Amino acid sequence: MADTTGPVLVVENVVKEYGDVARTRALGGVDLSVGHGELTALVGPSGSGKSTLLNIIGLLDRPTSGKVSIGGIETTGLGERELTDVRARMLGFVFQFHHLLPAFTAVENVMIPAWGNEGWPSATMKRDAEQILRAVGLGDRLHYRSTNLSGGQQQRVAIARALVRRPPLVLADEPTGNLDTASSAEVLELMRRFNRDFGTTFIIVTHDPRIAESCDRIVELIDGLVTSDRRR
Amino acid sequence: MPFEWFLALRYLRDAKGQTTLILGGVAVGVSVIVFLSALIGGLQTSLIDKTLGAQPHITMRVPREVPRPLVEPTATVAIARRIEETAQRLRSIDQWPTVITSVERIPGVVAASPSIVGAGFAVRSGAKSPIVLRGVDLERFLAIIDLRKRMIGGRFALDGANVVIGAKLASNLGATVGDKLRISSSEGVEDVITIGGVFQLGNEVVDGTWVVTSLRHAQSLFDLAGGATTIDLKVADVFTAKRIAAEIQAETGIQADSWMTINAELLAGLSAQSSSKSMIQFFVILAVALGIASVLIVSVVQKSREIGILRAVGTPRGRIMRIFLIQGGLLGMGGSVLGCAFGALLAKLFESLARDPSGAPKFPVEIDGPLLLFASALATGVGLLAATIPARRAAALDPATAIRNG
Repeated sequence: MADTTGPVLVVENVVKEYGDVARTRALGGVDLSVGHGELTALVGPSGSGKSTLLNIIGLLDRPTSGKVSIGGIETTGLGERELTDVRARMLGFVFQFHHLLPAFTAVENVMIPAWGNEGWPSATMKRDAEQILRAVGLGDRLHYRSTNLSGGQQQRVAIARALVRRPPLVLADEPTGNLDTASSAEVLELMRRFNRDFGTTFIIVTHDPRIAESCDRIVELIDGLVTSDRRR
Repeated sequence: MPFEWFLALRYLRDAKGQTTLILGGVAVGVSVIVFLSALIGGLQTSLIDKTLGAQPHITMRVPREVPRPLVEPTATVAIARRIEETAQRLRSIDQWPTVITSVERIPGVVAASPSIVGAGFAVRSGAKSPIVLRGVDLERFLAIIDLRKRMIGGRFALDGANVVIGAKLASNLGATVGDKLRISSSEGVEDVITIGGVFQLGNEVVDGTWVVTSLRHAQSLFDLAGGATTIDLKVADVFTAKRIAAEIQAETGIQADSWMTINAELLAGLSAQSSSKSMIQFFVILAVALGIASVLIVSVVQKSREIGILRAVGTPRGRIMRIFLIQGGLLGMGGSVLGCAFGALLAKLFESLARDPSGAPKFPVEIDGPLLLFASALATGVGLLAATIPARRAAALDPATAIRNG
């Protein structure tokens, strides 16, 4: 059962190493705790370990050592099936490249987290998907194939897909990295709105100082270690 | 619609060119299987029909007479001896009516007919021809070999001295329906008979030697009053003849030879044909499997980023695997339906094109439900099996790597 009273994310002394013989340390013992409703920016130079940390928090990769708890669920010892379920219920993902399924329409793409996890579609899934697409300003593009949408619209569909199941934690990896200034502002505003209106927790990996500055908290990572953690 | 079905169908629909190509490949493979099986099956059936149309499935006969030495060697006494083969006499099966009643009760036996079969000569004017005299019980014999359907002149009636003879024999003797022949049996009994009908079984030996008469007439020709030298049997499934023959021999003590033993070479030929067919089927199906597997492997590689995203947002591995298994199964099934239709059409076309002068097909084909069902099930099964490799590969993709590297 997810705990909604404590922090939504707790990362304890997470180490990540790659390679068998010549081991490369990507994360050197990261500690991080993120409370409900926080809008956190994860910044740092390329190769600092941001994406590695995000993959570990997103349960797409396992740490070499250390612990990750999401919504009070300690994930270290979980099997593949349980990790998939935690990802489906507790996490939302927004990627730099929207990564929508070109074979699907906007509504179908947004339905994927629930439909793919549960197997059968339902009227509720469809209604929720349409509702959130309207909320991100795509009410008139519900049945457009993703390939027929602009870059900004595609990223808004991706955000809708991440938020449709109302996960307590959304992980965004350079969500505006591939967008023009206007679209970046729209996407950022969307995330802020969901954070404000629904208390969704966001962790945003970004190189863009403007986005980082607009977040409640900025965590800086250098050479696999948290070097600064400041709240605004 | 379940997620995996929806996505599998979308993937197939969106990759139209790829899907059409592989469907075409599977269809060609299946049509080869259907065409080949129909052709070989038809030829085999035709061969068996022709062979068994002129002979009983099982023939029971009196065992050969073997000389019995009066003294046997012992551990202490050696005997120098020469055993000479005995000349075989025409003998009747002991108590043959009782034997017929008992074999008719054996499961699988559908008809039994007593016969007297012996050698003789037929003479007409200056022509003389060796013959096989066959005395039969009319109704019972027709249940074994339906000569009525093979009559090309006169009628099949065995009353008094009326007989029916093979077409080639009639031709050799220059005789026709209504003509008289002088015949003599191997026992030296002579008689004058009237040709009541001429038949053609399509078997050179039978058509050139058989003279079919009534059992009573043959009994008098061979001096076997009330006797029968053979009992001919028909069984429901021709391929059980060998087993039933062994069963009869064990039960009655009378030698029983099945058509399978008598025509061992034909059976070996049929078996070789079946083996060739199986080999061709195997390689065709292997090609189909490799085609489906390679297309799906390419699809997995092309869609690995999408698979990564699906995994990341909570789609279980099993469901990812099923997306590709369904595609494999659908490609196999779709291709097999097209292939069955195309193969059956091709076989029928082939049959209609090559005909002999009588209008009968030179290459009769045999297309039946089980064959089409077999071909469809095989292709669908192979499609599923071929898809397991790409499906497992897709399910095993590491989502983080797949998203990063595509």
